[in-house]
Amino acid sequence: MEKKSIKEIVLELEPEAEVRSEQPFTVWVPPYRIPLLAPRLRDDEALAFDFLVCMTGVDEGETLDVVYLLRSTRHGHEMVLRTGTSDRENPELPSVVEVWATANLNEREVYDFLGIRFINHPDMRRLFLRNDWVGYPLRKDYNADPAVNPVPLESEETVDVAPMYEAHVEGDNVDIEEKENVVFGDEEYVVNIGPQHPATHGVLRFRVQLDGEIVRKVDVNCGYIHRGIEKMTESLTYPQTLALTDRLDYLSAHQNRHALCMCIEEALGLEVSDRVKYIRTIMDELTRIASHLLFWSTFCMDLGALTAFFYGFRDREKILDMFEESCGGRLIMNYNTIGGVMQDISPNLAHRIKTFVKYLPPMLKEYHDVFTGNIIARQRMQGIGVLDYDAAVSNGVTGPSGRASGWSCDVRKKHPYGVYDRVEFDEVIRHDGDVWGRYMVRMDEILQSLRILEQLVDNIPQGEWQAKTKPVIKLPEGSWYRSVEASRGEFGVYIESRGEKYPYRMKFRSPGLPLISVVDPLARGGKIADLIAVGGSLDYVVPDIDR
Amino acid sequence: MFDFSVVTEWVDEGLRSWLPEGWVLPVEFFLIGLCLLVAYAIIALVLILYERKVCAAFQCRLGPNRVGPWGVTQSVADMLKMLTKELIKINHVDRFLFNLAPFIVIISSVLAFGCIPFAKGLEIIDFNVGVFFLLAVSSIGIVGVLLAGWSSNNKYSLIGAMRSGAQMISYELSIGLTILTMVVFSGSMQLSTIVESQAEGWFIFRAHVPAVIAFVIYLIAGTAETNRGPFDLPEADSELTAGYHTEYSGMHFGFFYLAEYLNMFVVASVAATLFLGGWMPLHIPGWDAFNAAMDWIPSIFWFIGKVAVLIFVIMWFKWTFPRLRIDQLLRLEWKYLLPINLLNLLLMVVVVVFGLHF
Repeated sequence: MEKKSIKEIVLELEPEAEVRSEQPFTVWVPPYRIPLLAPRLRDDEALAFDFLVCMTGVDEGETLDVVYLLRSTRHGHEMVLRTGTSDRENPELPSVVEVWATANLNEREVYDFLGIRFINHPDMRRLFLRNDWVGYPLRKDYNADPAVNPVPLESEETVDVAPMYEAHVEGDNVDIEEKENVVFGDEEYVVNIGPQHPATHGVLRFRVQLDGEIVRKVDVNCGYIHRGIEKMTESLTYPQTLALTDRLDYLSAHQNRHALCMCIEEALGLEVSDRVKYIRTIMDELTRIASHLLFWSTFCMDLGALTAFFYGFRDREKILDMFEESCGGRLIMNYNTIGGVMQDISPNLAHRIKTFVKYLPPMLKEYHDVFTGNIIARQRMQGIGVLDYDAAVSNGVTGPSGRASGWSCDVRKKHPYGVYDRVEFDEVIRHDGDVWGRYMVRMDEILQSLRILEQLVDNIPQGEWQAKTKPVIKLPEGSWYRSVEASRGEFGVYIESRGEKYPYRMKFRSPGLPLISVVDPLARGGKIADLIAVGGSLDYVVPDIDR
Repeated sequence: MFDFSVVTEWVDEGLRSWLPEGWVLPVEFFLIGLCLLVAYAIIALVLILYERKVCAAFQCRLGPNRVGPWGVTQSVADMLKMLTKELIKINHVDRFLFNLAPFIVIISSVLAFGCIPFAKGLEIIDFNVGVFFLLAVSSIGIVGVLLAGWSSNNKYSLIGAMRSGAQMISYELSIGLTILTMVVFSGSMQLSTIVESQAEGWFIFRAHVPAVIAFVIYLIAGTAETNRGPFDLPEADSELTAGYHTEYSGMHFGFFYLAEYLNMFVVASVAATLFLGGWMPLHIPGWDAFNAAMDWIPSIFWFIGKVAVLIFVIMWFKWTFPRLRIDQLLRLEWKYLLPINLLNLLLMVVVVVFGLHF
């Protein structure tokens, strides 16, 4: 479908829309039109924007804007929808939770950082910061004086009521009413899973309402490892921002950094050499294998199979050794740079990869013998935590978890980057949608990654491994979004630049945030053990959620 | 074969000649209690090391190998550490029950430990309803677990204790029924008699099919009874952190830890006694030379060997299988093990009545 026709349809649907840019197609819509337009964008046959990829709040100075990046899973086209309010005292925008479920946590994040209240959002609590935090950090006039927000000496009180702002429209008169939604009643048996808990794989806190062994409701509390990376990037030069991406999802370090580098390179119009593309693709796939091996280990451990943990780590170690040899780091590699990579790969790498590609398949067979085939393991996985296709798309659950629900969402196939368009591999898709499906997708993806490595390793072209860049990198004015297929889903970088050497706004679309938003629907009605299995199968990484 | 009653009678006579009449029994009680506790502690330490080594072997590791040759004194060092650790006082717990719980657990396990016939003439508690007594005292432990979970004032502990209650009461049935099956076969509830009557062949061979079924069920139920993987739901570390003993520290935690290992030992010993002849060497009727050769190996080694093999099997379960979910656990017991067990008991009665055994 041509971009032009999208423009025509959108303008037909919404005459008040103001086209800001053609590439990518961007429209600005006044906020009060959003509740009407959003469902139409999703339901229109020709548009079918059913996937809210990324939702970013931006302080434009005059106005507080929200940027929705929409994509159609059916047609594959994208558009950007912008809206904003000039009221900086009481900014209010309509919520799109009803249309795209992934907006739930994203709008809470925008509220947290920009103070925009979303009308008709059922749960307007802060997502990352403490409830008593003063100010909204991503506003440009935010007062970062430590005296305003001193280091708290007392624990945060848990608030069990969530504010909600409901709009009542009577003619031209809009009346905003503040309501309170009860998260957990006083009589409920609420157990904290986390923030310090072996099964949350980091400092994430689930508040779980239990009825005996049965989970009735899960409330996700994030922010325990929030470092304000998006805020920090606003005062760092572009090369400096690179170091922070490795620390988001530390198991997708190469891929995250790849996304940011690609985004900056695209904005600069910088072309990297084929050698760099090959190296980056190889590193991405090694990272994916390492991450999936770690998934297997920790997931088995969550289900009580303790021996499996060591098997997975034993094999992951071999990949970390390769990283160490080429990049110098084992977990946080800091390898990709704008225009290339830090240093050339080790001459030993190709040999090591070839050995590894031969070594791993028999090991995978052993994994399947030890764990996958076990009757207890199967009963723990099959039919548990079923995520259907529509819920996966609406919640934006990408990556292996989305593909287990039958959603073909592999960025490597949809928007090839690196050298993924030159290699043969299958996008692993299953239709079970349960824990078993998510598990098997990851196990099969390891084989596909090995296939990619096998094709690439002998064909790395000669060339320079670092393109020449200016000493001070300034991006032209504009906004860019680039995404890669990280180990646990689509990792995207949205940069808004005003032509300076610092980004005006840099937003990371983390694959982890949508993953935890589906924990509640998946775990409800199951047992405590199922909650652990669901959490393990989603394979979230907490620093990626909190950023 | 060496008979340990020679030693015990020698000590008894010696004491009687040295001490006044009224003192002999109390001193003997004291000595026996002391020996029992020392054996208890030593066996627990050995088991902990054994488990760590077995687990390491399964996980492609070496296990403890720094403290002493092959790490043999590692668990001694661990015990000293545990003994010197502080018992942390926790607010809002029911202090009396909280402190009582580990003692109930350990007392139950020591009492059960005392019933075991270790070797020829080395039985401490041995009377005509020995099996019944063993079952009764080993079930007291669950009271301690429930109390620990309840008094800790911790939600994880409570869930762990509830799971433990459901699990142990359920699997107690299977244990009881398998033991009953073997009691039907042996015709006695006295442990020493049961062992003696296996001189012509271990029960698992003589009572063939029903005994093998009972043995397998006993091993499953016994693993569940000791809260070990894959039935370690009460302390499922990835779900409930540590279950019912989350809040315990120092030696109170140590008691739970010791009791867990000793319960495993007790379960393996009972299995060895009922099915594999206890300390009785392997005898095949008619092969007199072979039997004499077997008799040459001291009975205590037979017993320890059998128990070690069984414990290895139980550890094998733990380090291989993933954990069950609570409903699967209860379904396994009530829908599969219990009916099979009842039918098996019937089968055993038929076998005994019609004399279909060897």
